[in-house]
Amino acid sequence: MNAFLTWLVLLAPAGAAVVITLTALRRPATAARWSIGAILVAFAASLVLFRAGATGETAVVWLDLPGLRVDFGLRLDPLSLLMLLVVTGVGSAIHIYSWGYMRGDPGLPRYFAGLSLFSFAMLGIVLATNLLQLFVFWELVGVSSYLLIGFWYERPAAADAAKKAFLTNRVGDFGFLLGIILVWSVLGTLNLAELSAKLRAAPPAWGAAATAAGLLVFCGAVGKSAQFPLHVWLPDAMEGPTPVSALIHAATMVAAGVYLLCRLFFLLNAPALEVIAWTGGLTALLAALLALQQNDIKRILAYSTLSQLGYMVMAVGLSGAGGHPAPAMYHLTTHAFFKALLFLAAGAVIHALHHEQDIWKMGGLARKLPVTFWTFLAGTLALCGAPPFSGFFSKDTILTLAWEREHYALLALGVGVAALTAFYMFRLVLVAFTGPAKSQAPDHAHEAPPVMTVPLVALAVPTLLAGFWGIDRGYARQYGAEAAAAHGWAAHLFEPFAHAPMAAWGGLLAAAAGFVAAWTLYRRAVSDPLPGLLGAPARWLRDRLYFDELYAALIAATQDLLARVVAAVDRWVLAAGLVRGTAGVFELTGRLLRHVHTGNLQTYALLLAAGAVVLLWWTLAR
Amino acid sequence: MNPGLEHYLVVSALLFCLGLVGVVLRRNLLVIYMSLELMLNAANLALVAASRFVGNLDGQVMVFFVVTVAAAEVAVGLALIVALYRRRQTAHVEDLTTLRL
Repeated sequence: MNAFLTWLVLLAPAGAAVVITLTALRRPATAARWSIGAILVAFAASLVLFRAGATGETAVVWLDLPGLRVDFGLRLDPLSLLMLLVVTGVGSAIHIYSWGYMRGDPGLPRYFAGLSLFSFAMLGIVLATNLLQLFVFWELVGVSSYLLIGFWYERPAAADAAKKAFLTNRVGDFGFLLGIILVWSVLGTLNLAELSAKLRAAPPAWGAAATAAGLLVFCGAVGKSAQFPLHVWLPDAMEGPTPVSALIHAATMVAAGVYLLCRLFFLLNAPALEVIAWTGGLTALLAALLALQQNDIKRILAYSTLSQLGYMVMAVGLSGAGGHPAPAMYHLTTHAFFKALLFLAAGAVIHALHHEQDIWKMGGLARKLPVTFWTFLAGTLALCGAPPFSGFFSKDTILTLAWEREHYALLALGVGVAALTAFYMFRLVLVAFTGPAKSQAPDHAHEAPPVMTVPLVALAVPTLLAGFWGIDRGYARQYGAEAAAAHGWAAHLFEPFAHAPMAAWGGLLAAAAGFVAAWTLYRRAVSDPLPGLLGAPARWLRDRLYFDELYAALIAATQDLLARVVAAVDRWVLAAGLVRGTAGVFELTGRLLRHVHTGNLQTYALLLAAGAVVLLWWTLAR
Repeated sequence: MNPGLEHYLVVSALLFCLGLVGVVLRRNLLVIYMSLELMLNAANLALVAASRFVGNLDGQVMVFFVVTVAAAEVAVGLALIVALYRRRQTAHVEDLTTLRL
């Protein structure tokens, strides 16, 4: 491997962040050039490395303590090479798009510094050679997401959302840290290669701690990838600028959780994988249901991200011992393309409508914003799993996986979620882009400038074609599995139907059913007919099943309890016991001793004499 | 019978106790003062006797110091008593309880 290029990939965004922060905080154009340049350099270097098929490891010693040696290193293998391309490629499109979307914002240099820091942190996770280094970058992703979600910090909602994202992630990260410590205490090393070799050589060395460690590591992924029950931060993270949402939802942050699971796949044993599979499945279902009744264009996309992440996590869990989680990474990759596309297109819509995000105030945008519409439609079709879009293939590999593992409950769940996905995505498309204009806003809409539409088109290409690029085989190589490539495009397109017809047809028909339902309900709707059909459940879904309220109440109750305990300790132990107790003892002694002072000289003399006698007796008699 | 060290020490102890009783029981400051002197001299007697019987002059040297200090003390003490009497018109200890809280 080429060590210089690899370091360049990692350090170019870091350098840009440093340079912008130090020198260009008042010069937007310079800041944008540095940031975009850095990510493009990283992308180019990643491409070169990928073409060369470079694998290997380079490291410098970071910590050398007795019993613990931690390197700061870079690791290239099929997994990290492909992931590098995704992060820097999608990241590049988002960076360039940001230049158009954020133009004129007074905080633009700060924005680009944050963006570069975010890319740096994510690349650090991808390239990390050991768990501690990974954890450091993991936390750095948390910090930079905080900075970017709270970019418009003068808006209370944005500041709250940033805090919420950060704190929710802390909960998961706590488990992850415990998992790292457990792994280290049992296996004595944090290096990924050594860990994997050790476990392969002697699986029993792991013993009973295996499930615990697997689940603790999964905690980290639950936080970052916003799985149930820590999913609440992701929809709120929509308060950040739209390109940031695209970055968080596509290439970085939420991808980190799934990437971590695939990276540490060798740690996970069968019981842990079962938990992971069900968590993912439930998240997918829950998020898809919640998405049905959201009206904010970005929130719908946020819930769809949650749902797709659920698919990926489910795929990891379904891979099972002896299998490999390439389907999860495959879906992560295609999802990165089309979700970034969807978010950037949504950003173009929001931009065109002067920050109107309610889909019930849009309508008829297809004619006004043709490029945005067609690219958004491409992303939607990919998300719904319509062939030949990339999402079809990646979703199909997951459903096929469930089929092959004979996990029919999760297969049914996956198919059901596919139907829901098609329903809510076409609800969004039909309401926002077609039908009558539902407010004055769409009348004045105009297409975004090329700096924003070019990234859209650039992302639409992999959205359409990534299914034919053999990405799944690239990932499979990581786990030592070689899948046979289908010959020719047509053969590749029909291969899923021949290989596992139940999964392929199931997913496709479910999506079609969802589409038909959306078409009947929303083609001409000017207000949502679903609450009238469903009644109370629709209201529950719109209110996000009251998870936020539940957590708020739980946290408030816990906080109150803690506060009460602390107050009691303060009042009764510290104030009453220690402070007033000390004073009281002295005061009481004083009050008692006061009676000795009669003021009578002769009493004193007598006491003095008696004291002298006692002392004499003390010294002489003994 | 030759008097031995014990005899002197017993006399000294008796004198000391007499002085102490005087200090504790008598009410007049002047008498208390005289009793104090008695206690000092009891100590002096013990010192001289011990010096004589041990064959070492240190004790007698000590007595000179005690006598000197006692003289100085008497001068200061009497002056204080006179001053006190002038101010309070009394030299009885029961009347002098201003130190009491």
